Amino acid sequence: MNAPAYNFAYLDEQTKRMIRRAILKAIAIPGYQVPFASREMPMPYGWGTGGVQVTAAILGPQDVLKVIDQGSDDTTNAISIRKFFGKTAGVATTTSTTDATVIQTRHRIPEAPLHAGQVLVYQVPIPEPLRFLEPRETETRRMHALGEYGLMHVKLYEDIARFGHIATSYAYPVKVNARYVMDPSPTPKFDNPKMDNCPALQLFGAGREKRIYAIPPHTDVVSLDFEDHPFTRYRFDAPCALCGAGDSYLDEIVTDDKGSRMFVCSDTDYCESRQLAGHRGSESAPPHKERAHG
Amino acid sequence: MYVAVKGGERAIENAHRLLAHERRGDRDVPELSLAQIAEQLSLGVDRVMTEGSLYDRELAALAIKQARGDLIEAIFLVRAFRATLPRFGATDPVNTGEMQVRRRISSTFKDIPGGQILGPTFDYTHRLLDPRLADGFVPEQPETSDVTQAATPRVTDILGRDGLIEPSPAADADAPVGDLTREPLSFPADRDLRLQNLARADEGFLLALGYSSQRGYGRNHPFAGEIRFGEVEVEFFAEDAGFVVPLGSIELTECQMVNQFKGSATEAPCFTRGYGLAFGQSERKTMSMALVDRSLRARELGEEVIAPAQDEEFVMSHSDNVQATGFVEHLKLPHYVDFQSELGLLRKLRQEFAEANEAPDMQEAAE
Repeated sequence: MNAPAYNFAYLDEQTKRMIRRAILKAIAIPGYQVPFASREMPMPYGWGTGGVQVTAAILGPQDVLKVIDQGSDDTTNAISIRKFFGKTAGVATTTSTTDATVIQTRHRIPEAPLHAGQVLVYQVPIPEPLRFLEPRETETRRMHALGEYGLMHVKLYEDIARFGHIATSYAYPVKVNARYVMDPSPTPKFDNPKMDNCPALQLFGAGREKRIYAIPPHTDVVSLDFEDHPFTRYRFDAPCALCGAGDSYLDEIVTDDKGSRMFVCSDTDYCESRQLAGHRGSESAPPHKERAHG
Repeated sequence: MYVAVKGGERAIENAHRLLAHERRGDRDVPELSLAQIAEQLSLGVDRVMTEGSLYDRELAALAIKQARGDLIEAIFLVRAFRATLPRFGATDPVNTGEMQVRRRISSTFKDIPGGQILGPTFDYTHRLLDPRLADGFVPEQPETSDVTQAATPRVTDILGRDGLIEPSPAADADAPVGDLTREPLSFPADRDLRLQNLARADEGFLLALGYSSQRGYGRNHPFAGEIRFGEVEVEFFAEDAGFVVPLGSIELTECQMVNQFKGSATEAPCFTRGYGLAFGQSERKTMSMALVDRSLRARELGEEVIAPAQDEEFVMSHSDNVQATGFVEHLKLPHYVDFQSELGLLRKLRQEFAEANEAPDMQEAAE
């Protein structure tokens, strides 16, 4: 039987080179979706294969990797991807946003500010921001080439005409470097301002759709809006019940079947760091007794 | 008091351990061997090799065993392995005209040179469950006869001699054949890439699309010109050695559909082709593939594109079951964050709706 043997970070060097070329092109044309020959990965399409390929292509033995899903290091798919690189690349892993050199993420941008030298790798399901307005790739590529984004503005305008405000709460479209309209992946629009003028490199990988795009450090990223209807962030108006943070994006936790709920930071590293620093919320567990039941 | 959910890593490990246990099933029941799967579930193995794009019966059998009989999961396992294999080069085109035929039928001619050969087929069996198979049934040895040396030329070649069917495009050694596993797909796609996509495509998806074309969604009047199944030699031209090296033989099923074409101002009416090819004995797959291949030639043949089966971007973007199952099943992954922002938006919209609808009532009450 043909027993498998795998390279550092799983992908063979030829494939990594092909992906790095696509990444370089993506960095050179901020916000432009570069087609690449996405490989079949040992995890399913739609489960982060694009992000995994980008991470595999840029990872070196000295890197420190953090993987989050929904802002959390402990969600099952984040664990699965972290273990994959722990096993195939043997790199150090961390949950600390500050200590990581490469952060692979799904659906969130960490709360702690990113710094120069870091790379944030997004997992992207549908890279095309115009896809739900125009299903054909042949059409949307033409629209990007001509910078023809009227359809998107009409959609946003129709929202305002109907609801009085733009009814897009996540995957909120942005314009990168005053040229390409880009899908930020399904992050909540709360995170959009963090992409603007970010000192870290932001790379986006869509495996199933075979596209890579990028925001180089310190690039203008503007959320689409209108002068009289400016972009606004959304955040549930409450402090985190565990760390008391008033500036973080919150997950809603249903605590019983009688309508009780609480709101806690979706970024677990941010929340835990604050708790370690002594911040407390209304529902905090006493220190060192996290596992106590009943 | 609320404690954040932890321990996902152990949950995953335990889930995989439980999965391995369930896969094995009752340990008092003898374990399946790969040979049993390869020999007795051979059509499943053929499908996994075809849609997995890798001709290796043993690995396909292993994949089926590991996937607990879930063929799409098995195809996924084979594909993920295939993606890591080095490429030495491409073989010469196989010659299906020289196939060692085990089955070969044409529905367009009553008799053909080399004859109609039914071979191993479910066709004409009565679909009655056979309780004898439940335990220890030993079938009769098959009937045999001497091997004939009679050539079995392709039916489409016979039609081609009279110019009644369009010629098959000639191989061009200088034009490299596209490979959508190495280059990202872009549209419009040429026929080589379309056929590669269809060969890897989900059998059920092609079956439904082919069926839709028969029912009138882009009808193209097909006849099963020929379906043949058997062994062909695979040969590789070794640059270093300077000669052709035989690599072995593989089992293939080929289907050539013969379809009507009205002709145009510049071209005389003639039959056109739809082509299907798959590893092993995969007749439903190759017939469906041939129907869809012909449908996708609408643009090239100047036909109006009105049905899903004729729309290459629609067909090729949705035909791959490994991609499709991944994206459909990714909905199992957590979406707390985007769901939370939708919840926030929905609450706001509902509040605005309620306020807008309350306002007139209050006015009425005031009046």
